[in-house]
Amino acid sequence: MSHSPLSQSTNAARRIGQFLRRGDQFIWLSGGAMGLAALLIVGLLGLVFVSGFTFFWPYNVVTADRADGTPVLGVITNSQEERLDPAGNVMKAAQTQFKVGARELYGFDFIWIKKAELSNFRVDPEVIAFERQEYGDFYGLLHGIEYKGKPVADAATAWALLQEKRPEARDLAARAKKIQRDAIGEVNAEIQRANLKLKVARRKAAGAALDPAFENPLKESLARNQARYEQLRLEAEALSAQAEEYAAVVGTVDGQRKTVPLAAIVRAFRPNQMSKLEKLGMYFSRAAEFVYGEPRESNTEGGVWPAIFGTVIMTLIMSIVVTPFGVVAAFYLREYAKQGPFVRMVRIAINNLAGVPSIVFGVFGLGFFVYFIGGGIDRMFFPDMLPTPTYGTGGILWASLTLALLTVPVVIVATEESIAAVPRGTREGSLALGASKFQTLVNVVLPASVPGILTGVILAMARGAGEVAPLMITGVVKLAPELPLDGHFPFFHLDRKFMHLGFHIYDVGFQSPNIEAAKPMVFTTTLLLIAIVVILNLFAIRLRDHIRKKYQTGAF
Amino acid sequence: MDTPTQTPSSGRPARSVTVPTGKGQSAPGAVTKISVRDLSLHYGAKQALFDISMDILGNQVTAFIGPSGCGKSTLLRCFNRMNDLVDGVKVRGSVMLSGQDIFAPDLDVIELRKRVGMVFQKSNPFPKSIYENVAYGLRVAGVTDKAVLDETVEKSLRGAALWDEAKDRLQESGLGLSGGQQQRLCIARAIAVQPDIILMDEPCSALDPIATAKVEELIHELKSEYTIIIVTHSMQQAARVSDKTAFFYLGKLIEYADTQTVFMNPANPQTEAYVSGRFG
Ligand SMILES: Nc1ncnc2c1ncn2[C@@H]1O[C@H](COP(=O)(O)OP(=O)(O)O)[C@@H](O)[C@H]1O
Ligand SMILES: [Mg+2]
Repeated sequence: MSHSPLSQSTNAARRIGQFLRRGDQFIWLSGGAMGLAALLIVGLLGLVFVSGFTFFWPYNVVTADRADGTPVLGVITNSQEERLDPAGNVMKAAQTQFKVGARELYGFDFIWIKKAELSNFRVDPEVIAFERQEYGDFYGLLHGIEYKGKPVADAATAWALLQEKRPEARDLAARAKKIQRDAIGEVNAEIQRANLKLKVARRKAAGAALDPAFENPLKESLARNQARYEQLRLEAEALSAQAEEYAAVVGTVDGQRKTVPLAAIVRAFRPNQMSKLEKLGMYFSRAAEFVYGEPRESNTEGGVWPAIFGTVIMTLIMSIVVTPFGVVAAFYLREYAKQGPFVRMVRIAINNLAGVPSIVFGVFGLGFFVYFIGGGIDRMFFPDMLPTPTYGTGGILWASLTLALLTVPVVIVATEESIAAVPRGTREGSLALGASKFQTLVNVVLPASVPGILTGVILAMARGAGEVAPLMITGVVKLAPELPLDGHFPFFHLDRKFMHLGFHIYDVGFQSPNIEAAKPMVFTTTLLLIAIVVILNLFAIRLRDHIRKKYQTGAF
Repeated sequence: MDTPTQTPSSGRPARSVTVPTGKGQSAPGAVTKISVRDLSLHYGAKQALFDISMDILGNQVTAFIGPSGCGKSTLLRCFNRMNDLVDGVKVRGSVMLSGQDIFAPDLDVIELRKRVGMVFQKSNPFPKSIYENVAYGLRVAGVTDKAVLDETVEKSLRGAALWDEAKDRLQESGLGLSGGQQQRLCIARAIAVQPDIILMDEPCSALDPIATAKVEELIHELKSEYTIIIVTHSMQQAARVSDKTAFFYLGKLIEYADTQTVFMNPANPQTEAYVSGRFG
């Protein structure tokens, strides 16, 4: 009897001992940690997916009456349940958020209304929704169409006429914009060039008269271009005016009236009449516009094409720079440098470089690339432009180089590892055939380590594509008027500032005047950034697999 | 399936001659290709070879036998100075290759390695096509003429008895071949640069009996053109392929004579114990 507690406790102790010996607790622990990590990732992606994907759906526009009898019209975007304090008193009443549009009339896009004040919810099929070039969305009713200020259609016929005339008006406006951007841009560039030549020549002549044979053609060209500029400007203005001729007369649900030029309507639809299929069509058309379109309204509307383009180009330039740089450095470190405390220290330093806060690289890039190298280039090759900097200011080249510096440790480490993984016998086989060390490295070791090197490049790309902080001080801007790659000589403009999805997210979400309206766009843009990183990676992985198959070494 | 056991030096009188240690023998008319004198080698503090002296004859197959770690590979790798790659190696003594001191400071190692080819224990084709594997030695020597390369590749693959199996897949990776084929590819690669001497370090240790038989047959055929030194763990193999056999033990050359003598009538009791399978 007296033995029983003792033997029980030893039993328990033995069982615990067994449990500890088997290491079950660690299996559970590591399994749990793995699960948690997976959950976090799924949660993150889920949030981004759900919020990002619903952004383009054309929801019904709902009408409701408020307590004072005035109606409210808009898309229901959010709702909050009643909140009680511990005593059971209502702390915050339940409320619904409407997106009412017509920012220029109301001063806001969104409005919270207590649920208790709302009644008589209904869906009016006649309600129209406009996506506009300016001022965001408009929800309301279409009362008629005006042509040069005179009504040409009433409420009954307006929709049909709007459908007919809007594409023409949009087209005219687009032509006007094209002239303004492309043709006038080119003329301006020529005028600038001619002026610059004159300026330089005048400075060199130091007050003396210029050679007429030199000066006159330039002056002629200036005059010609000035005339051409004037002509283009008039042409663009005429087109714009023509585009503005037709306008829609619309009214809000509480009776305010407004005319909207058809040219300013990006999209007109009657969401409450649309079938699911039509809505799906609109969803995809909006999604496509988001990817391929230009940003509007300080980035809170329209597309993100320039940012996608900037991200991809920057990542590619970075990879092109970082790969040879990292590979050469790794080969030197492993194959030529005398292994010893110094090399060990260099290696530790390189590994730690990967942990330096990225903004530090940004500061370095600004000081070294932008001011020192860029400033030097300007003084040497573009002295006539000064004080306007050409390369002495942030640009896509400097940003890419900064990121290359940031990611080079990744490539070095991966390359060193893959060099070390090349079997000794393979090298000896090459040396035994009378190949020099250099020939062996280039012909045998390098090809065999390409898959490993590409793994490093993939990691570097993944890191670099998502980095924002160093870019903000080396060349990213909120809105870049021109892409770094276009049809104008010399096609690749490495000195240009550019847009970047990562910065775009920050800018849209936290720097825009209309944060509430831009919020869904933050998620959509995030989704796009993730997609681009994934696509770039898949591309590189495909390349690596292709090479790996070609060599079939199985050593990696 | 086995190659018939060769009676080594058959038709030749097994006449023992005359290196200073008195352990070597040579057939009449055969020229001394490699002459080793008082060769000692240290890996750092550890001595791996002790005062080796021997003459290796041209156009013969010489086998190195002995228990693991007795220095066979080390000696072999002296002949093409592969040991240079190992840190902390110190060599004393001399190795003359056709009268030229291979440890001379002004010797071009790359030229030496073109004259002394090597086939390794573990087949080590490059991660390249079969064609490029064979052409490698010529390419690094600067040959770019396609006709020359084509011809050499074919000749070498024929020489290594691999042509029939490989001729339709020259552009495929050399790593896609079977183990025995890979080893013959390495032999083809070695003979493509037309060396004087081919060193083989246990070339069959990773091969199955059929592949082994093929490689041994090949060694027979190559003998007329090349001087071959083969390290082997298999006494039968040494007996089958070699004209002369050297037995090493703990870094020392114990006995070096005609293969028949070493196996039938060894002078040293240690040799006898080893060849009769009593140790090693
Ligand atoms: N790279 C090396 N560094 C140090 N010791 C070595 C090295 N290679 C071989 N050895 C030593 O030299 C001796 C002879 O080795 P090895 O020539 O490979 O023998 P075998 O080929 O006869 O089996 C062994 O004791 C081995 O441990
Ligand atoms: Mg060995």
